[in-house]
Amino acid sequence: MGMTLVQVVVSGLLLGAVYSLFSSGLTLIWGMMNVVNFAHGDFVMLGMYTAVVVWTALGGGPWASVPVAAILIATLGIVSYFLLVRHIMRGPMLAQILGTFGLALFLRYGALWIFGANFKTLPDDLVGHSFIVGGIRFEGARVLAGLVGLAVTLLLHFILTRTSVGSRMLAVSEDAVAAQLMGIRPQRMQALAWGLAGAATGIAGALIATFFYTSPTVGETLSIVAFVTVALGGFGSVLGALVAGLLIGVIESLSAFLIGPVYKDVIVYTVFVLVLWFRPQGLMGKA
Amino acid sequence: MTSPLLKIDHLEVRYGDLIGVADVSLEVPRGSVVALLGSNGAGKTTTLNAIAGIVPVSRGSVVFDGENIAGQPAYAIVRKGLALSPEGWRLFAQQSVENNLLLGATPLADRARVPRLLDRVYTVFPRLAERRAQRAGTMSGGERQMLAVGRALMSEPKLLLLDEPSLGLAPAIVDTMYDSFAALHKEGQTILLAEQSVDVALEAADHAYVLQVGRTVLEGPAKVMADNPDVQRVYLGVE
Repeated sequence: MGMTLVQVVVSGLLLGAVYSLFSSGLTLIWGMMNVVNFAHGDFVMLGMYTAVVVWTALGGGPWASVPVAAILIATLGIVSYFLLVRHIMRGPMLAQILGTFGLALFLRYGALWIFGANFKTLPDDLVGHSFIVGGIRFEGARVLAGLVGLAVTLLLHFILTRTSVGSRMLAVSEDAVAAQLMGIRPQRMQALAWGLAGAATGIAGALIATFFYTSPTVGETLSIVAFVTVALGGFGSVLGALVAGLLIGVIESLSAFLIGPVYKDVIVYTVFVLVLWFRPQGLMGKA
Repeated sequence: MTSPLLKIDHLEVRYGDLIGVADVSLEVPRGSVVALLGSNGAGKTTTLNAIAGIVPVSRGSVVFDGENIAGQPAYAIVRKGLALSPEGWRLFAQQSVENNLLLGATPLADRARVPRLLDRVYTVFPRLAERRAQRAGTMSGGERQMLAVGRALMSEPKLLLLDEPSLGLAPAIVDTMYDSFAALHKEGQTILLAEQSVDVALEAADHAYVLQVGRTVLEGPAKVMADNPDVQRVYLGVE
């Protein structure tokens, strides 16, 4: 029992690190410009299809698909910013919701048109077989996804809090006019935020594809987890998304193991509601 | 005689039907300190904001260093060497004092100068050096004012624009602040400052302009203006 419990927590943490990564882009965009990207889950979906295409066309695993997905989805983010988001930001909140929701539908049905409705999966042993360390069984794909997820989320947090470009991005988010007085072009920093968020989201998608089915509508399922993670961690906080992602991963696997897989979502959402009841700003959000 | 560093002709700023500034003309010679005086709502802040490019110029010209900068975006203007310490300071409250100063140095092309400029600001305002790691949002009013001025100095501007540097500060801190402006003036820094406190401003300035409802109504050497009863009359709004 004891060893199994450790096993369950470890798998929860590995899953949680992926949740953190695919939520970090959503929270970054919110923190930078108060825009909720309803197409976020579909960015993840396109990252997953990138991994599928890289495998079927080139026979490449995540070592090839992760960088390709990062570049592709970062480009998609920047293009979406310049063609759509930049314009709807000037409109009312409803324009932002409908605008990014429209983008979501466009991407989702574009994927349906190109890839068809069938579920696609990558080979189980693409990343490597499972292995046992200290009595705990690790699946290659999950370990890779978890570790890369953790590393990229931490990198994003580092960029925002410890580099001069991060400082310029935060300056734009706090006061875009004052940032202009510093010689900063707000649109450049916002486009960069969309690029960074896109890269992180694309990487998350490519990693998830190694152990999860890929379909045009998978983004819908995933974006709910992303929104819960972001709200729990605190809107705008990458570190909050990291903590919340790990927490949700662990709660999910523990409740699936101790109570039953059917109930894991009930437990996750109960914890979610309870935390927000007492801390509406989320774990790391600013009141 | 060399051309002034800044020359404004018949500046007008409109917000829809509202007129922020109706007709302002002024000159700031190189190396001088010029004061822009006027009561609340006279258009001092709007004038400075229009020069720095954060409010649009509707009419007139703003010639800085031989080039008309009216209508250019703020981020381009600061790169030409014109920095504003704005009304309300507009600090980046979430970031450290030092990060705020480093952000001020963004327009500098020569990054190697940044450490020396940081040292200079810390020498002018030793208080900021003590608080360099503190979040800007947690500082007192006087410290925030110092940080706003220091941040503007970090881009090594040819022209420093200061909006109400004495606003809301204790008299002792106002004196310290103006001592540092005098020191900058001695170094050859050109400054245009907007003030409601006539006495401190006229003591620091070489030349002064008085604004009333968006127009320049009086001007003259600071020493002459200090003795001009009209200045006080304009302030009190007695016609």
